[in-house]
Amino acid sequence: MTQATQRNIAKIDQRHIDGAVFLTSSGLWNVHSLNQVSKQLEQLVKTIKNTAIEWNISQVEQVDSAGMMLFIHYYDLLKSNNCSIQMTGTKLEHKKLYRLLRKHVAHCSISKDQPSSSALQVIESVGKTVVSSTIDVRDFLTFVGENFIHLIYSLRHPGSIRLSAITKNIEEAGLRALPIIALTSFLIGVVIAYQGAVQLEKFGANIFIVDMIGVSITRELAPLITAIVVAGRTGSSYTAQIGVMKLTEEIAAMRTMGFEPHRFLVLPRIIALMIALPLLIFFADIIGIAAGMFISHIHLDLSYTEFITRLQSVLPVKHVWIGLCKGPVFAWLIATVGCWRGFQVSISTESIGRYTTTSVVNSIFLVIAVDALFSVVLTELGI
Amino acid sequence: MKTLVSISNVVTAFGEMVVHDDVSLSVRQGEIYGLLGGSGSGKSTLLKEMILLLRPRSGSIKILDYDLATISPSQATQLRHQWGVLFQGGALYSSLTVEENIQIKLLEYTELPLKLVKEIVHMKINMVGLPSSAASLYPAELSGGMVKRAALARALVMDPKLLFLDEPTSGLDPVGAEAFDKLIVELRDILGLTVVMVTHDIDSIWTIVDRFAVLGEKKVIAEGSLDEVMQTEHPVIDEFFRGKRGQMRSQSGK
Repeated sequence: MTQATQRNIAKIDQRHIDGAVFLTSSGLWNVHSLNQVSKQLEQLVKTIKNTAIEWNISQVEQVDSAGMMLFIHYYDLLKSNNCSIQMTGTKLEHKKLYRLLRKHVAHCSISKDQPSSSALQVIESVGKTVVSSTIDVRDFLTFVGENFIHLIYSLRHPGSIRLSAITKNIEEAGLRALPIIALTSFLIGVVIAYQGAVQLEKFGANIFIVDMIGVSITRELAPLITAIVVAGRTGSSYTAQIGVMKLTEEIAAMRTMGFEPHRFLVLPRIIALMIALPLLIFFADIIGIAAGMFISHIHLDLSYTEFITRLQSVLPVKHVWIGLCKGPVFAWLIATVGCWRGFQVSISTESIGRYTTTSVVNSIFLVIAVDALFSVVLTELGI
Repeated sequence: MKTLVSISNVVTAFGEMVVHDDVSLSVRQGEIYGLLGGSGSGKSTLLKEMILLLRPRSGSIKILDYDLATISPSQATQLRHQWGVLFQGGALYSSLTVEENIQIKLLEYTELPLKLVKEIVHMKINMVGLPSSAASLYPAELSGGMVKRAALARALVMDPKLLFLDEPTSGLDPVGAEAFDKLIVELRDILGLTVVMVTHDIDSIWTIVDRFAVLGEKKVIAEGSLDEVMQTEHPVIDEFFRGKRGQMRSQSGK
């Protein structure tokens, strides 16, 4: 019904008689049939200036507000071209609609205060990015500061520490992460052993595979890989959980009841992850070394006893401790960034997705950056 | 007068729970029709069935001569072009600005030049009583009343024949609610709309609704104009119209 057929599409004809212009509109003037007539009218206003116009609309079958808006637009343009316009054949329904719409035609021209040249736009967007990242850093520091205040409060009032929330979070972030951590660290062990075996075999230095696997897994790879998996798994869920709670105004409700979100939501998560991550790293150490041992046995014919005896003599326990000590630092970064981004979620559903992504990207980047810092500092210190 | 919506013998049930048992009603062209009932009486469910979001278990619903039970996908698309729906919470797309929310149907379904689309959108924004500065705001930045108005502008953008409103005045202050009611009447008079609204605002029933149906006990308890409904003797109607608020309302008159 609203679909215009070719026959009753909106039309306009013009005739020029004695310097005056006669316009005749016909057909359906509704949203579906205006495309052609709007082009015609665009042409028309360019050519007609300073003339008398008689516009007959008696043959128009039906007008909706889109049609009327089109009419109003070009009527005004013709008027501003100094044309005198006389309407004929108007019906009552046309007048009613005209009056309603005329009242509401927005006189505002949408102001655009954007810089015109593209060079300026580049500078503008660079400036905006710099400002927003500075604000981000400042917000993060504020969040960390608030968090420390609540941590100190909790330490002074140990009764206010939410033990049940902490254990629940340890289960969620630690226990349930075991399968995926086992799988990734096993594969990393396999990869290291394989690549090492090929190189070492050339020199006949098969036994050194134990040194390589032992040190690289415990000191670097297990902490890093575990932290990255945890950032993707737990960091993102922290952001999403807190983000949704913010959307549904649960956080606001908690505040009104005097439940400080930092104490109830943030601290338990941070503490839980700081406990769980070193344990996960230790677990990854074992699985990674076991995978290396397994591959060495198959590929280099190194017996399990030989491997373990060698491992005891070449892997000083400090490497394991260094790896484990990275755990709480990484965990603090992941959990704090995750929670902080969750609190940044504003009132739209779209922002949950955006902030979850940012949170994971941020925490993986920070984990790698801090790991590099560890490497440099510890090597310089000779540890 | 032509009947635009006719519902006959509709039965709706979710599992064991029966919501509608043999519900029939009809909406005529050009009228503002109310669906009234307490919470859980199934008025929103009935509305969802009318706008093709739910299917009744049995019975037939005819909208603008389309039978919803046998409607083909292409007919459904045509039908959807001819109605506008205002959801209770507005349901504006949160990732789009008000202007983008309103223009989206015009851009998707018509070939109007962009300049004209913008003009129509700004006219509609003005018509529903939003300031033109609201156009570039996101739904999250609007107040409750503004969300309702923006959603109404979005529902009206294609000049629908039929407008479905789900509790249009809930969450508005009394002044805002009255203005909204007036706006709906004005639009009905000028654009020739037919309006179906779910409401439990007793003021709306008194002032703008032409005819309405009272749902309760899984059935239509009464249907007709206010006077006709008032003559029906039924506890639910007593509750609604002879309760304290209803009495105050009837004393103050129209």
